[in-house]
Amino acid sequence: MRYLDEFADPVLARRLLDDIAAAVTRPWAVMEVCGGQTHTIIRNGIDQLLPAEVELIHGPGCPVCVTPLETIDRALAIAARPDVIFCSFGDMIRVPGSTDDLFRVKSRGGDVRVVYSPLDAVRIAQQNPDKQVVFFGIGFETTAPANAMTVLMADRLGLANFSLLVSHVLVPPAITALMESPERRVQGFLAAGHVCTVMGTSQYAPLVEAYRVPIVVTGFEPLDVLEGIRRVVLQLEQGRAELDNAYPRAVSAQGNLEAQRVVADVFTVTDRAWRGIGVIPASGWRLADRWAAYDAEQRFDVGGIAAQESPRCRSGEVLQGLIKPAQCEAFGTDCTPRTPLGAPMVSSEGACAAYYQFRRLGAPASAPAG
Amino acid sequence: MSDHLDLEGWACPAPLRDHPAVVMGHGGGGRLSGELIQHLFVPAFTGGAQGTALGQLGDGAVVSAGGSRLALSTDTYVVRPRFFPGGNIGDLAVNGTVNDLAMCGAVPLFLTVGFILEEGLPMDELGRVVDTMAAAARAAGVEIVTGDTKVVDAGHGDGLYVTTAGVGLVPDGVRVGPDQAQPGDVVLVSGPIGLHGIAVMSVREGLEFGSDIRSDTAPLNGVVQALLGAGCEVHALRDPTRGGLAATLHEIAGSSGVGVEIREADVPVPDDVRAACGFLGLDPLYVANEGRLVAFLAPDDADRALEILRSDPVSAGAAAIGSVVADHPGIVVARTPIGGTRVVDLPLAEQLPRIC
Repeated sequence: MRYLDEFADPVLARRLLDDIAAAVTRPWAVMEVCGGQTHTIIRNGIDQLLPAEVELIHGPGCPVCVTPLETIDRALAIAARPDVIFCSFGDMIRVPGSTDDLFRVKSRGGDVRVVYSPLDAVRIAQQNPDKQVVFFGIGFETTAPANAMTVLMADRLGLANFSLLVSHVLVPPAITALMESPERRVQGFLAAGHVCTVMGTSQYAPLVEAYRVPIVVTGFEPLDVLEGIRRVVLQLEQGRAELDNAYPRAVSAQGNLEAQRVVADVFTVTDRAWRGIGVIPASGWRLADRWAAYDAEQRFDVGGIAAQESPRCRSGEVLQGLIKPAQCEAFGTDCTPRTPLGAPMVSSEGACAAYYQFRRLGAPASAPAG
Repeated sequence: MSDHLDLEGWACPAPLRDHPAVVMGHGGGGRLSGELIQHLFVPAFTGGAQGTALGQLGDGAVVSAGGSRLALSTDTYVVRPRFFPGGNIGDLAVNGTVNDLAMCGAVPLFLTVGFILEEGLPMDELGRVVDTMAAAARAAGVEIVTGDTKVVDAGHGDGLYVTTAGVGLVPDGVRVGPDQAQPGDVVLVSGPIGLHGIAVMSVREGLEFGSDIRSDTAPLNGVVQALLGAGCEVHALRDPTRGGLAATLHEIAGSSGVGVEIREADVPVPDDVRAACGFLGLDPLYVANEGRLVAFLAPDDADRALEILRSDPVSAGAAAIGSVVADHPGIVVARTPIGGTRVVDLPLAEQLPRIC
């Protein structure tokens, strides 16, 4: 099938793996930033096919996982209100807050709906004028334009019953935070292709300069990921640190200018807490002040809800590749995929959840790194 | 009420305590469904006794009565929407129970039908469903012999729920069960997967995929009888409905105490199902089917079984997808198309579309 089969060709995959193996002479730690890439790596077993020298560190790029606990608690409080229809992307529904998740709110009568496009939530608001309709606007730069469009659409349609609970996060400040860490281990990055489809690549050049670190913009099919790894490894082996675009079929240098305009209109940069990691300065978007009327936190007065993450969860260290999941005391005991304490155990491709599966197989040697 | 029952002191068994109320996932065919069955229903209904028919945890139960081995099964249908490309709730209800009986190795004979109708359901819609059920029963060679009808107030149902139960006879010498798979067995699937789940989702969510994905709902008793009649040494059969192929392989691996290895490249997934799953962030291995079976059988009979399956239109797309191993009991492993491996986990509940 076009755009799927040709980017999963086993013969070409083998060739890329051979190229990587031929190029590598010593250990390298490479981080794929995006959860979509982690998914491809786990789903295809790419990590086990790489030479032992290439360690993949699964980065903090799963938007569901890093959404802060207190934001989820706020979502739960809003969704439980009888006057609210709460709309969300599907995989957010099962992510636990402090004591609850959206599924359980639904089981107690909350009107929680999965939507495929944020604009579906606007349509639901049109169809239910007697209800407050809230969309849970999370994600990286990729989902931001469509989430921002909901506000512009609601405004155009004069919908007073629509609002957005926003918890957007941004990739470049996360890379900065990782590189500023005194214990940093990451030596090269696969940048998230779809983030760059929206934002372009120019934000990454200063990071390459400042930290002398290779950054390769990478796609999401198996061959895309392998090609990204190959280019990072080649740069590392040759002592180069450059910004490279290995996903030109979707990413241009300037990105999607119209999408950037929409985002700049609706959102403004803010400090953001990342679940398991902590607050990263200027690493998120919130609604711009002129759109405050559409801010669900204000409309439902949930801004005061605070939450405390489990002190036993060491996911911040896992996400930086500083410890393996099994080195965390809670791993596999208090913290399992069914009762996750932290971000990387939440989604099936989170580093801890992936490691948990492989441990069950009794093959820790082939377990994914970090 | 018996003196032995202390309903005041009833305590929810772990791990059901994680959920003080029923959530949708308890009906999703994943881990939560399994916990409800194993920690609530089975202990309650067997009193903890071992070796009961209920403890078989099959799609149906096989019991002995009057010198015969009977297969019994029951299933309830709440699909929304009631009509979808390739079928409706009526043929699902008949084919589902026929297939559950067939997966016990039985020849399905008689069905019962229960209707829960919501006040206001258009009569012509009920008529179309009933006509479909009659046609499905004729096609499967079973007779609907009794039933029940209840009507609930408007707003207290979802239009129409259907329950079917069925009985069949297990021929002498047939011993098929979820705990019978053996290392060395070959795993067959009877055709392309994912069609039913995607067909229903495309209508329910109003998604347009630019293609006509139709449910695979079909009776499988004919091909099962052909396989068993030809003397193929079939150890386990299951129709991969809720939870999809992944959940079915898990159940057999768990019940039989064996490992299962599949070759992902050999699993037949239609292009449009793959495209829809890619678009939605779903894995076709977990998407529901209503006219497919998975067979675990002795390796020497695999080629012959494939030939038999492929000669029947309902299983023309049959394929060998993997084998049973003694390693990693209870765990299903997939060899990925590019040569890696991954654990095919049993999901907690229905899979949810991924954001990224």
